[in-house]
Amino acid sequence: MRELLMDLARVPGLFVPLLHAPRLPLPIDEVRVSAGFPSPAADYENKRLDINEYLVRNPVSTFFFSVEGDSMQGAEIFDGDILVVDKSIRPRHGQIVIAFVDGQRLVKRLFRRGGRVALTAENPAYAPLEIQEGMELMIWGVVTGKFKRFGA
Amino acid sequence: MPVFALVDCNNFYASCEKLFDPTLKDKPIVVLSNNDGCVVARSAEVKALGIPMGVPWFKIQQEAKRYGIVAFSSNYALYADMSNRVVEILSSFSPNIEVYSIDESFLELSGFERFGYRAYGQRILQQIADWLGLAVCVGIGPTKTLAKLANHCAKKKLAGDQGVCDFTTMMPAELSQLFGRIEVGEVWGVGRKISAKLEAMGIHTVRQLRDADAETVRSRFSVVLERTVRELRGISCLDLAEVVPEKQQIMSSRSFGTLVYDLEGLEEAVASYVSRAAEKLRKQDSLAGAIQVYIRTNIFKPEVPQYQRAMTIPLPEASADSRVLVGWAIKVLRRIYRPGYGYHKAGITLLEIVPKTNQQFSLFVPPEMENGRNERLMATLDAINGRYGRGSLRVAAEGVTKGWQMRRGNLSPGYTTEWGGLGKVVAA
Repeated sequence: MRELLMDLARVPGLFVPLLHAPRLPLPIDEVRVSAGFPSPAADYENKRLDINEYLVRNPVSTFFFSVEGDSMQGAEIFDGDILVVDKSIRPRHGQIVIAFVDGQRLVKRLFRRGGRVALTAENPAYAPLEIQEGMELMIWGVVTGKFKRFGA
Repeated sequence: MPVFALVDCNNFYASCEKLFDPTLKDKPIVVLSNNDGCVVARSAEVKALGIPMGVPWFKIQQEAKRYGIVAFSSNYALYADMSNRVVEILSSFSPNIEVYSIDESFLELSGFERFGYRAYGQRILQQIADWLGLAVCVGIGPTKTLAKLANHCAKKKLAGDQGVCDFTTMMPAELSQLFGRIEVGEVWGVGRKISAKLEAMGIHTVRQLRDADAETVRSRFSVVLERTVRELRGISCLDLAEVVPEKQQIMSSRSFGTLVYDLEGLEEAVASYVSRAAEKLRKQDSLAGAIQVYIRTNIFKPEVPQYQRAMTIPLPEASADSRVLVGWAIKVLRRIYRPGYGYHKAGITLLEIVPKTNQQFSLFVPPEMENGRNERLMATLDAINGRYGRGSLRVAAEGVTKGWQMRRGNLSPGYTTEWGGLGKVVAA
């Protein structure tokens, strides 16, 4: 807890598990060569691939949620997946979103055309949820990706 | 000419809880301090019920039942993460930022005038709302004190528009009129005692304080209040706090003029060294998490019986309180003292120095005790051991490991800080 408080007192860019997950190993840049002969591989050196960079475009506005249920299977979202949700993206028709509706946290596809707003599933067993007058809908964020770890 | 903005989150802790839990929409909620003791945060609905800040939770059980007030234990991990995100966004609006507390920051905005300060403030507010779902207010002024006052006006809707209030574009007559309507107690730095004294002098409004004679204020109160008066007039006396690396260790020691043989003499010396160091500690607004005491004979006289010993202990709770620190130092001293030696030097070092908690926390000590507290304590012990040499480290006598388990019965999940605490979305 002290550590967290220390962090707050300083300028940003600090350890927060989500925002600053450790990168995978650092660049391979120390290549010992005999004098005068550069490695042919030198031009092709890149830093190793980093999952965080791939999945999280805007760390400060990105949050994770875990999935329960099978209504989005058609979109390849399954029970137990962890969703990457970006609040900085303005939700558009057709995007998969996290929606707060009537006290529930849902993952759905957003339908918004011609004055009609609905939240649709990706599973024929589930009917679309039409948003009527008086219903409280808040689109929390846009789902930009997902991940899962097999086993424990 | 500096221009300051004070950005602060509305009902910060409560807002963080509501952000992740859809069942809390429009519900009155409070957040409680350590051991679920006192109310440290209230949602807008609770404020509207007239329930004050700081009231012990058990005292408002009637109201809680009647209005359906939901209480949460402080989820510091969550609040800290959200706070860091706010600060990260703010940093993109200005390189000059002072994180004043967990939910308030000052920005220095000179150089951004081409956007119009009010419009800039609006952009800040909007981005934080869009990217984090948190509501903030922005106050802008030529001094920190005025920025804070502008923020107050924005929050209470006394001036400004849609959460942003910019004093730099208001006419002097307008400002005077506004200040004449605000109680002097709302000024940053004017607490209850000072405002009572001011009122006794006939100064009731911000305007009256601004227009008071600076000399009189200085002589009747302090230089600090005089600075406030100048700041109210638009003369900037307070810069953004510079980030100065705090001293990581504070030592205090002395060699003795004559040898000291008895424990009492050493105790007196150690107590005075601790007090001196604690003063420095408080001056830099820090707390110490560990203390080392050492005593030794004269090492430059090898013919004399030699003894030297140091011992370091982590404190159960970081402190800057002289009495607490002296107490522990004496305990340590009694463990390492051996009679029969002529001690030549004694000293203490305050270690594990951390910044003092900020205003929002100051009434309610932050939780040092969590699950895994003992692990942390041990980790600290090991770190010190590793650094100062094995054997220099012992757990102090009774009291150190008798941890009390902090009661946090209503803790929300670690929505953003634990894999097991993620919010669940239903695919249904």
